[in-house]
Amino acid sequence: MFPTPIEKRTRGWQISYQAMLPVVLIAWLLPLLAVMLFSIKPEANFVSGDYWSLPSNLDGFNNYYKVFFESDMPRYMWNSIRITVPTVIGCMILSSMTGFALGVYKFRANLWIFFMFVAGNFVPFQILMIPVRDLTLDIGLYNTVQGLVLFHVAFQTGFCTLFMRNFIRALPFELIEAARVEGIAEWRIFWYVVLPLMKPALAAMAVLIFTFIWNDYFWAIVLTQGSETQPVTAGITSFNAQYRAAYHLMSAGSIVAALPPVAMFFLMQKHFIAGLTLGAVK
Amino acid sequence: MTNTASNFDPPSRGWYKRNEIAITPILFLIPGIFFFAVYVIYPVFQSFNISLYKWDGLGEAEFIGLKNYQKLFEDRAFETSLWNNLKWLVLYLLAIPMGLFISLFLNQKVVGIRLYKSLFFFPFVISQIVVGLVFSWFYDPTFGIFTKLIGFVGLEIKGGVLGNPTAVTYGIIAAGLWPQTAYCMILYLTGLNSVDPEQVEAARLDGAKGWKMLWYVIIPQLKPATFIAFVVTVVGALRSFDLISIMTRGGPFGQSRVLSYYMFEKALSEYGFRMGYGAAIAVVLFMIMLVFIAYFLWSMYQEEKGAH
Repeated sequence: MFPTPIEKRTRGWQISYQAMLPVVLIAWLLPLLAVMLFSIKPEANFVSGDYWSLPSNLDGFNNYYKVFFESDMPRYMWNSIRITVPTVIGCMILSSMTGFALGVYKFRANLWIFFMFVAGNFVPFQILMIPVRDLTLDIGLYNTVQGLVLFHVAFQTGFCTLFMRNFIRALPFELIEAARVEGIAEWRIFWYVVLPLMKPALAAMAVLIFTFIWNDYFWAIVLTQGSETQPVTAGITSFNAQYRAAYHLMSAGSIVAALPPVAMFFLMQKHFIAGLTLGAVK
Repeated sequence: MTNTASNFDPPSRGWYKRNEIAITPILFLIPGIFFFAVYVIYPVFQSFNISLYKWDGLGEAEFIGLKNYQKLFEDRAFETSLWNNLKWLVLYLLAIPMGLFISLFLNQKVVGIRLYKSLFFFPFVISQIVVGLVFSWFYDPTFGIFTKLIGFVGLEIKGGVLGNPTAVTYGIIAAGLWPQTAYCMILYLTGLNSVDPEQVEAARLDGAKGWKMLWYVIIPQLKPATFIAFVVTVVGALRSFDLISIMTRGGPFGQSRVLSYYMFEKALSEYGFRMGYGAAIAVVLFMIMLVFIAYFLWSMYQEEKGAH
């Protein structure tokens, strides 16, 4: 193990390490802690120019009440859900199929198709922006949740195919061969043999895509406008314009907007990290 | 053939059944390739085409050849954006050593370390929009903690970090480094987990320790993690848009623009759409990315060849 395990060091080292951990953590999360503090401070504190003391009273919790009941925030959150969940499902369906095709079968174009997905996944968004916006306008889906979902599913298929294909490659191929010897149809092999084994990969991918899409901002402002369709990332910015100096509401709003991916991360931590670090180990 | 094979190949076995292994992958690929081609591959070529036109997005497009690219050469704002992109690219890579450093700090087995690791990873999970807001308050010239902190050592940045034309890009990059470092950290933590303990012990017996051990024994074993960290960091640097959009809108005086933001501004600005010119900027950005994409694919290709 590297660095040397702390339990092999002197007592003094151990104590200073244990003491340093929380200090470093607080320094690392300082900007975030500041926002948490802002979000529970009553407006009066900001008016009197008192930014950094502890909240003078508990009125600060009204900030959250206001965000939930007197702003467009719940609407934006609901839009985010309506965009994110179908995208995740769409990606899982498409990429389990492409991943299966590219992971199991040997044919000449295999690697080229795979590279097409990988390369497409890396292109800058701006090179797609004008044509995708036009296409979405043409099919009448501009400023709709569906228009955004269709694009997200298509684009994320690149990353998801990479993910699925590499995972399937690592499965024992004998399983598939054994099934073939039994004379099982190929689509049944997909459904009954490979798909059940893909469950952990699908879970990891779902958490990742959920986070990516929830946090998307660029496509939200390119393909949608207004509180009827825009997700929470775009909502926050109009919130920003509306409450320019209302730091207490802005910070409460930001925390609410950030909560779903954070919750997802803590609930599905194992999958999340397994997904992010796929390929980081040989 | 029909005579000899008929025993094994009864007539009921149709064309599909006989060619199943060749056809199945095609059927499975069709939906994915269709979507990807329509929304990703074809638009890349369309953008190349649009960049040869003068077009406001609504009326008739006028073919002007390479004129948009000629104009780019004289455009000071484009030049600034290009330079800023370079700054992003270089400085963003700091996330890799910083992430490695934090992962080494956290790679211990003490009570509660798992929670510490997750909390260090936290900045990556929240959206860049929230990170941008958080940092613009952090930098705020009247009450920001950052302003207070540098005030202690007697420093002052005129107009605040985000209002200062020289400091602004560095300020935004620092904000971007926060989640990016967290990502690199998690990659290295996973990598460190699988470092071969026997090699480490052997090197220790040979008297290697500290920096030497890190440089000659550990870092070579972390190569796959470093590769992924490099890929995601480069892509992240060239995709930087959200932070700039929320923190400065490209200001002050356009000094924090990067190509991705400048393109958006030109193509969908409030003062009329300049699609052709925007597309030309996007093409330049794409060409920069293409260099890296080629390198990534080449590396993957080498690996694929090695694996089979």
